[in-house]
Amino acid sequence: MSDEATMVAEEAPAVEHSLNDAVPGAIIGEWAEETEKALFVAPDKLLPLLRHLKENEAYDYLSSLTCTDYLSYGGKKRGGISERFDVVYHLFSTANKGGSLNLHVRVPEGDTVDSATSIYPGANLQESEVYDLYGIHFAGHPNLRRVLTWDGFHGHPMRKDWKEAYFEEDAKPFRSRHPKGGYQWQEDKLPWGKNATYPPEWDPETWEKPISYVPVSQAPHHKPGDIDTDSLVINFGPHHPSTHGVFRMLTRVEGETIIALEPEMGYLHRNHEKIGERNTWLMNMPFTDRLDYINSMSNNWAYALAVEKLAGIEVPERAEYIRVIMAEFSRTLNHMWGIGFILNDLGALQTPAQYAIEEREMILDLFEEVSGARLMCNYMRFGGVVRDLTPGWVERARYLANERLPRALDMLDRLLSDNEIVRGRGYGVGYLPPEDLIALSISGPMLRAAGIKYDVRKAEPYGIYDRFEFDIPTLSDGDIYARYYIRLLEAREAVRILQQALRDIPGGEVQGAPAYASATLDQGFGTIMGGKGGYTLRPPEGEVYHRVEAPKGELGFYLVSDGKANPFRYHVRSPSFINLNGLGPMSVGYKVADAVVILGAIDIVLGEVDR
Amino acid sequence: MFGSGLLKGLGVTIKHIAETYIDDGKDSPSRYENSIDLGNGRKIIRQSMDQEGLLTIQYPEERRLLPERFRYIPMLIWDTEKNEDRCTACGICAKVCPPQCIWIVRDSDDAGKPITRPAEFYIDISVCMSCSFCAEFCPFDAIKMNHDFELAVYDRYPNLIYDKAELTVPVEYYATLWPVQYEQEETVRHQKEEEDKRKAEEKARKAAEKKAAAEADKSADKPKRSSEEIQALKERAAAAAKAKQSDGADAKKARLEELKRKAAERAKQRRENDE
Repeated sequence: MSDEATMVAEEAPAVEHSLNDAVPGAIIGEWAEETEKALFVAPDKLLPLLRHLKENEAYDYLSSLTCTDYLSYGGKKRGGISERFDVVYHLFSTANKGGSLNLHVRVPEGDTVDSATSIYPGANLQESEVYDLYGIHFAGHPNLRRVLTWDGFHGHPMRKDWKEAYFEEDAKPFRSRHPKGGYQWQEDKLPWGKNATYPPEWDPETWEKPISYVPVSQAPHHKPGDIDTDSLVINFGPHHPSTHGVFRMLTRVEGETIIALEPEMGYLHRNHEKIGERNTWLMNMPFTDRLDYINSMSNNWAYALAVEKLAGIEVPERAEYIRVIMAEFSRTLNHMWGIGFILNDLGALQTPAQYAIEEREMILDLFEEVSGARLMCNYMRFGGVVRDLTPGWVERARYLANERLPRALDMLDRLLSDNEIVRGRGYGVGYLPPEDLIALSISGPMLRAAGIKYDVRKAEPYGIYDRFEFDIPTLSDGDIYARYYIRLLEAREAVRILQQALRDIPGGEVQGAPAYASATLDQGFGTIMGGKGGYTLRPPEGEVYHRVEAPKGELGFYLVSDGKANPFRYHVRSPSFINLNGLGPMSVGYKVADAVVILGAIDIVLGEVDR
Repeated sequence: MFGSGLLKGLGVTIKHIAETYIDDGKDSPSRYENSIDLGNGRKIIRQSMDQEGLLTIQYPEERRLLPERFRYIPMLIWDTEKNEDRCTACGICAKVCPPQCIWIVRDSDDAGKPITRPAEFYIDISVCMSCSFCAEFCPFDAIKMNHDFELAVYDRYPNLIYDKAELTVPVEYYATLWPVQYEQEETVRHQKEEEDKRKAEEKARKAAEKKAAAEADKSADKPKRSSEEIQALKERAAAAAKAKQSDGADAKKARLEELKRKAAERAKQRRENDE
């Protein structure tokens, strides 16, 4: 592989690229030898280029915006990069479907980047996250603040030179607890209180949390002669049953009408990505379970797919079918759960949720039987799944897919869809026009409920989804009721895929076809790594962004490998987090009680929001 | 008609209530079908996929039958046949563990030379994330996942740091929890053992042949040992073998007794707790 990257970094002469005709001097290089083609953008030409891409090339969807710190890069390919940070944009087109356009902007430490929010409002939370974790300033961002950590947090945790309070070692496996023996708690080495540092000129004693978030901080201006009303700031949460976890909605209300709302998250923040960069590639698999803990199967699959793309690992036929079956069961149970909790938020406390969860139990039984756990399945591996299905599993799954689940979905439909209260509360509430949804980078059922036929399974098929016959249901209303009903329709499509997959799945578990072993590296026990004794994977250098249609929206993994046993960069594009971009705009103008349902219909899981 | 949707929905709930309570009123409700009765109202429930109505299981009196692959906290396997730990202290489990909660101290022989046996083996189960990588990657089938999930204690330290004694279970226990996997592993092991045996025999045969050939060459000029010498050597070897055998048998017996005693104690404790 050439040192193209280093050569490019030195001077910035525009290279030959078709985009340079439209925006002269924008593209200053490319990583052609990479797993995925990446374009380097001149920092001052970023905004014109993005505008051109959005307006003329139909790249209307900013899927992921993240950053990499190249301080300690161990590989050869990018070793000579002079700027420390690399801000990465992944753009997609909802009209043309297909793959991504990857843009890289290199930023020296302390420099600023132009904020993309004026073109893609969906960059809002993602840029805040990059600012929070990497300390990169985005000029022109409307509300740049720490979203995941708090204001008194010292440093930017995703930087490679940042070490946490109970720091042990840079990469796993650690040596510190082995082989000397004896046990010592990390916190005893450095007791709490002595390890806390604060940013310079910041005093914990005098600090009070200001309500400084625009636009909640701005009281509406009343003209003389208006009726003099006071607007109030109300905190929903962090401990409030409607917020589905530890999450806060900072709302400014006038009477009962919401005039501004800002989501406030990070209460469960554990720096998943930093943990991921310390872990070996394989160790991240059980950690992905803990993102969206309702759908650990989908998360496993998304991560496995990303690594497989990076390392060029093939997956055998039967494993592909097993993966689809697991993911679609997961989608069914997520949507049932989602419907149940939208209804909970509407005030139909527990009955619909209870009925939905009963069906979910049956699916979880199936998950438990093959993987050993109901929620934290940890079932997929690079190159397959960890174990084959158990005898009789397919028959039970067929019973669910062919009989029980369709019946249960019909039952939920009968119970809820015609209900006058559900309709009264749902029609026209939380509406956002489809183009706004796309601009806000919202994904998943919410897009489809607004009439946008966009589904990664069709737009950029992964796995074996191109073999199944299924529709992408769409509804045109884009309100709460549509978001409820689209989940029911999608669950039905998921069941349809299940029926086909369970019909076509090759190899009986008894016949013992080499069905689930990896096709490229046959080490037995079903996976590339699961071979007894072999536990370290070292993918070749490169970067990859892979996204799947998770039940909650577009779940993406952005990985950079420097050829070592640990990922150099591990980023999760989590649908729950980015879908919250829309919470404020959706809620404004509606009543306080509606905000609860609007949040419920986004269907967030805090494990994934806060990461 | 306004209100028809509500009525339709109420119909669904009424059906659900009826399904639950009519079934519940029967002498043996359908949710107890195929369940194992432990007496005293305690049951192990085998929930079937076509169960209708309410699915509640009255824990802790009633419990679900856990599937074989259920995984919670790792356990170490004690090979009762060979009377030794299967663990060789290779440390793969500790290396592959995502939260790094395993640490092992390797044992050493009298001369201080490290040997393939753990002196201490700890798992911090407050950190363990039940991923089962240790069990998956162990080359010796020495660490497996336990099904016991009721581990609540009052203090984190030292109660949640499991040492080797707490982690070790006899292989029979593992065979009961994981029958299918155990069978598979045993088959593989037997095959391998037979293969090894065959190879060893082959090797011995070849060596013997070679030796015989060499001997035939040399026999002419090499003085033979006297018959008394040979007899003495044979006797010494037999005595050594016998000593070794009886030693092993005693230790095995002692270990089995110990395990039995422990099990009885535990059972007694459980009975006391129940009363």
